[in-house]
Amino acid sequence: MSEHVLEKQFADLAHQSETAELGIWGFIATEVLFLGGLFCAYTVYRYLQPAAVIEAARHTKIVIGSVNTGVLLTSSFFMSWASLAARAGQSRLLGWLMLIAAALGVVFVALKGLEYAQEITEHLWPGQHFSLDIAEPREGEVFYFIYWLLTGIHALHLIVGICAVSVIARRAMRGEFSAAYHSPVRVVSLYWHFVDIVWIFLFVLIYLPGRGA
Amino acid sequence: MTATTVVELPHPHGDSYLTDGTTISSWLLTHDHKRIAILYCLSITAFFFIGGAAAALIRLNLLTPRGLLLDAETYNRTFTLHGVVMVWLFLVPSIPTTFGNFLLPLMLGAKDLAFPRINLLSWYLFVLSGLIVLGGLIGGSVDTGWTFYEPLSSGYSSGALVVVLFGIFVNGFSSILTGLNFVVTIHRLRAPGLTWYRLPIFCWSTYATSVILMLATPVLAVTLLLVAAERLFGVGVFDPTHGGDPLLFQHMFWFYSHPAVYIMILPGMGVISEIIPCFARKQIFGYHFIAWSSVAIAVVGFLVWGHHMFVSGESIYAALVFSFLSFIVAVPSAIKVFNWLATLHKGSITFEAPMLYALGFILLFTIGGLTGLFLATLAFDEHVTATYFVVAHFHYIMVGGMVSAYFAALHYWWPKVTGRLYPESWARFAAILIFFGFNLTFFPQFILGYLGMPRRYATYPPEFQVWNVFSSAGASILAIAYVLPLLYLGWSLFRGERAPANPWGATGLEWQTASPPPTDNFPRTPRVTRRPYDYPAPAA
Repeated sequence: MSEHVLEKQFADLAHQSETAELGIWGFIATEVLFLGGLFCAYTVYRYLQPAAVIEAARHTKIVIGSVNTGVLLTSSFFMSWASLAARAGQSRLLGWLMLIAAALGVVFVALKGLEYAQEITEHLWPGQHFSLDIAEPREGEVFYFIYWLLTGIHALHLIVGICAVSVIARRAMRGEFSAAYHSPVRVVSLYWHFVDIVWIFLFVLIYLPGRGA
Repeated sequence: MTATTVVELPHPHGDSYLTDGTTISSWLLTHDHKRIAILYCLSITAFFFIGGAAAALIRLNLLTPRGLLLDAETYNRTFTLHGVVMVWLFLVPSIPTTFGNFLLPLMLGAKDLAFPRINLLSWYLFVLSGLIVLGGLIGGSVDTGWTFYEPLSSGYSSGALVVVLFGIFVNGFSSILTGLNFVVTIHRLRAPGLTWYRLPIFCWSTYATSVILMLATPVLAVTLLLVAAERLFGVGVFDPTHGGDPLLFQHMFWFYSHPAVYIMILPGMGVISEIIPCFARKQIFGYHFIAWSSVAIAVVGFLVWGHHMFVSGESIYAALVFSFLSFIVAVPSAIKVFNWLATLHKGSITFEAPMLYALGFILLFTIGGLTGLFLATLAFDEHVTATYFVVAHFHYIMVGGMVSAYFAALHYWWPKVTGRLYPESWARFAAILIFFGFNLTFFPQFILGYLGMPRRYATYPPEFQVWNVFSSAGASILAIAYVLPLLYLGWSLFRGERAPANPWGATGLEWQTASPPPTDNFPRTPRVTRRPYDYPAPAA
């Protein structure tokens, strides 16, 4: 097991670990406010143009969206398992579980890319060439504006997460973590679960309107 | 143990954070919070003078009713540059990133902030954002004012706006990371025995500021992102032609920008709370009230944004509630002012430069705050909305308050930061000159606003000229007064007398180590056994 560098401002490793975790919780709070702004915009627009949002949302690709929801939830399962492995000090298992979670993240991004490609060919990218066969296409365009922003920002967060998890997985494989010290694992896993939870909200808001009985 | 006792000094004037590495890279790659504070100080000083130059142009132009030298377009670009630079590149980062950075670990008895590398990253993001913003403002023709109101900003303004918005977006990351760093540091890195109620008030106000930085800035970021995307896509949620709502922009913008006003004043209040007890030689009056009033301002400050929208078409009921809450938010501010005054009562007051600035702060902040209550009153606000009354009001808070506090802090902690004493008479002269220059500049603007002169116009009816001439005359005095500290503080860096560890006989932990402090701040972790501001009781 390699040496952990204790930074000078901390009394001991436990102090350093707890501080890192408080840091990521604080960061998640800022993210909630950031995405909250977008959710607020969505809510206001849906309130102002209820019919158009429901009509436009019927054209989202619910099959890919649902599969992706499953993929991301499964990745979170592996990430939780990884946390348990970290606590038990099982370094190799920890590394593999994190890699599986990251790989599922890659699958999600790939499927999302497929979905995006399909939508671009259907002219659902807002702008001059936008076309949508509903009663109020101009209002539907705003729904897709919000859709691209929300899912794009989410995908960006996921890509950052995939990179971070891969780096930490590599460090785990090298045996840098132990039952006593694994705060980087806890930090990235909190972030990963957060990105996952955001998707659950997105799924409901984007794919489900207008799809009830 | 008396207040002036100095705990063992590791070095007389030898090794300090200033001499620990003298190469350029030892500064640009430093993780030391004290060096990062210096980096910030240099950058915001540069931005302050750029924003100040724009202000000088504005005041010069308004000397004559037809506008002295700028055409209307250029005038619009100039006040936009002034506003954007002063808000995001000077006022928001001013005290937190310089004195917050420098002092927080010292006041907490810590060796550094919780996340030193993120601290350095914040500075790089800040400088990068400054360059992007300035590039966009000077290279492009952005004329929306610092508020970027919709649909002006997405439909009619220049394309360089997207560059400026991106710059402010990057700036937001810097703010958020700094706030996060401070919050975590205050929670986790307090020295043994340093309970919350033993913290200096500066730490409380920095904490409240940091919470706002963390929770409000992301909303600004996403709002600006929506505006930029709206320009790029040609469609968006604020666009009324697609059934969107331009008022939503104002709600989201002010949800950040009103709390941001408190980002721009709370740290100043923290500084004043350090200086008043020191130069009155008294325990601060009502410690718990001053401490919690910062938190109260931070919380209630999130609930008053609608008072910027009284005439924007929000419902009368919403306006009533926002008006009421705006009165409520004045209560904690008033608590602070009364407690400072009570601290002065029967103190042994001396009038060194920091104290002059602090007393100026109390007066100017009170005028700014009380006129804020005028503006929170619906009927009066209808009369003076978007006039110079508003301009004068917020400059009394931002310039009279925050910039005074910044200069107060600069002089008070100058010996600690540089290890040199500044020339006291020059400093007093500059402080008094700033006070007079400031009042001459901005008090006439209250009158102009009340008489009905609207803000943001390049020209005005001739009957307003006399007040504008007063105001511009004041601005030229202010300009000279702001350059003065640059000169004598620069001189003192090389020729100033060496400062002892505790030249003011102050009680804070930061005075218990050498001036300038060693890289690790304290020879060993201090143990705190007393409440702050424990000045000896005056003889009966």
